[in-house]
Amino acid sequence: MIQLIAFYLFATIVIASAAMVIFARNPVHSVMWLILAFFNAAGLMLLAGAEFIAMLLVIVYVGAVAVLFLFIVMMLNIDFAELRAGFVRYLPLGALVAVILAAELIFAVGAWNAGGVDLAARAAPVVTDKSNIEQLGELLYTKYIFLFEAAGLVLLVAMIGAIVLTHRERGGVRVQNVSAQTRRRPGDATRLVDPGSGQGVEL
Amino acid sequence: MTETFISWGMDPNWAWGVATICGILLIALPLMLAVAMIIYADRKIWAAIALRRGPNVVGPFGLLQSFADGLKVFLQETIIPSGANRGLFLIAPIITFTVALMAWAVIPFNSGAVLADINVGLLYILAVSSLGVYGVVLSGWASNSKYPFFSAMRAAAQMISYEVSIGFILVCVVLYADSFNLNEIIKAQQGHGLGIVNAFGFNLLLFPIAVIFLIASLAETARAPFDLTEAESELVAGYQTEYSSMAFALFWLGEYANVLLMATLNAILFWGGWLPPIDWAPLYAVPGIIWLFAKILFFFFVFSWVKATVPRYRYDQLMRLGWKVFLPISLIWIVLISGWLMLTRYS
Repeated sequence: MIQLIAFYLFATIVIASAAMVIFARNPVHSVMWLILAFFNAAGLMLLAGAEFIAMLLVIVYVGAVAVLFLFIVMMLNIDFAELRAGFVRYLPLGALVAVILAAELIFAVGAWNAGGVDLAARAAPVVTDKSNIEQLGELLYTKYIFLFEAAGLVLLVAMIGAIVLTHRERGGVRVQNVSAQTRRRPGDATRLVDPGSGQGVEL
Repeated sequence: MTETFISWGMDPNWAWGVATICGILLIALPLMLAVAMIIYADRKIWAAIALRRGPNVVGPFGLLQSFADGLKVFLQETIIPSGANRGLFLIAPIITFTVALMAWAVIPFNSGAVLADINVGLLYILAVSSLGVYGVVLSGWASNSKYPFFSAMRAAAQMISYEVSIGFILVCVVLYADSFNLNEIIKAQQGHGLGIVNAFGFNLLLFPIAVIFLIASLAETARAPFDLTEAESELVAGYQTEYSSMAFALFWLGEYANVLLMATLNAILFWGGWLPPIDWAPLYAVPGIIWLFAKILFFFFVFSWVKATVPRYRYDQLMRLGWKVFLPISLIWIVLISGWLMLTRYS
């Protein structure tokens, strides 16, 4: 029962917040809705018994990708006065989001404790004698190792391509050379002189 | 705890719910008290190193200073700047504080004394700690002010950079412990060093990354010398500049709860958690929680010590350390450790 409620809760919020990503007028709010959608997708993964994927979803998408989105979007020049005109006060909305998040946490853990969704209802049959991580490891690193490495290679090429496209050589930049700095000793930089009176010091 | 409630004649589902809520309170309330005392300890250590007295007026030895500060902050007026984005401005400190508390759910305080003994405990901690950056970034943006915004930019870049190498360091620990479960990781450290010492840190192969993890956890919690997000000489108070009253206090509490969490992670992942340092039977008579607390306090002392003695990094130096020093070393170490394990354990 609680799994069913949790499923419909997560699924509804994924779709609703995905819609809000498009409908929100403030791009930063869009990113926040996107994060809520990611969270609920992770909840759905938990219900399917894939706790490893759920955690990865949060780490990779919420923890890294969405931060980068936010990073870019925050720097957009937004006219706040214009945006605020049509907006109701945010506090009730914020409270609503907080309540939903708390309810979800309780549901997720409750559903987790009550066991995953019925096996027959799952899209793919599950081997139950191994943990998530072991199953994934066996598939990715043993059975499909060459495909996996090929995918890694494609990503590497894409990464190098991105660096080549954006990298430009700038002349006259003074870069700190840390090892040269730490190798430097007082003897290299200072000189003790004892000039006689009326004589200068040669620099 | 669930069994106790069931034995009192409670329905199992209700017993689980009540036991969980009791467990949460049992962790969160002492944690808040610990945060209050640790702020006092931090100020005292800092003062002692700077040859000052530190807080010494409120209560005996100034012990009640944090509570006086808390009361003062509680009585202040909450000011929301007119240009601020109200909703996000208020949600940001709540996120920081909640996230700082959430990670404690999987921390084992003794053999079996853990709120949620999940298989992916370490990943859960990584996931939750990666959320911490949202509190800072959102507060910086929602304040609609220059300095908080700079601070938010710095925080986002800094935390992502150091999370990468922290992730790789955790992979090394997982390879050695053969599990993501924190309790299993601690148990794998029993007698790890020649059957004498209980810690991964005494392993010559793991000691260097234990040091890197300590430094990276300083950066991850934005403590000195990596406190560029609140560098007062450049950014006033960074992302907290526009905050007052309880919203400010939530940042404050969350920050120190995070510092405690990082000290705990250091203790658990590399220094044996609730195990005594030496694998000798009489030492097991001391409750594990005391060993854990001793280790946490030691690492907290190291954190304060560093804060009081090391000057702040420049921003480009911070990025260099994260991407050009820690990342390659931790990557090489994964290869090294998996090679060593293939040679010794799996061949």
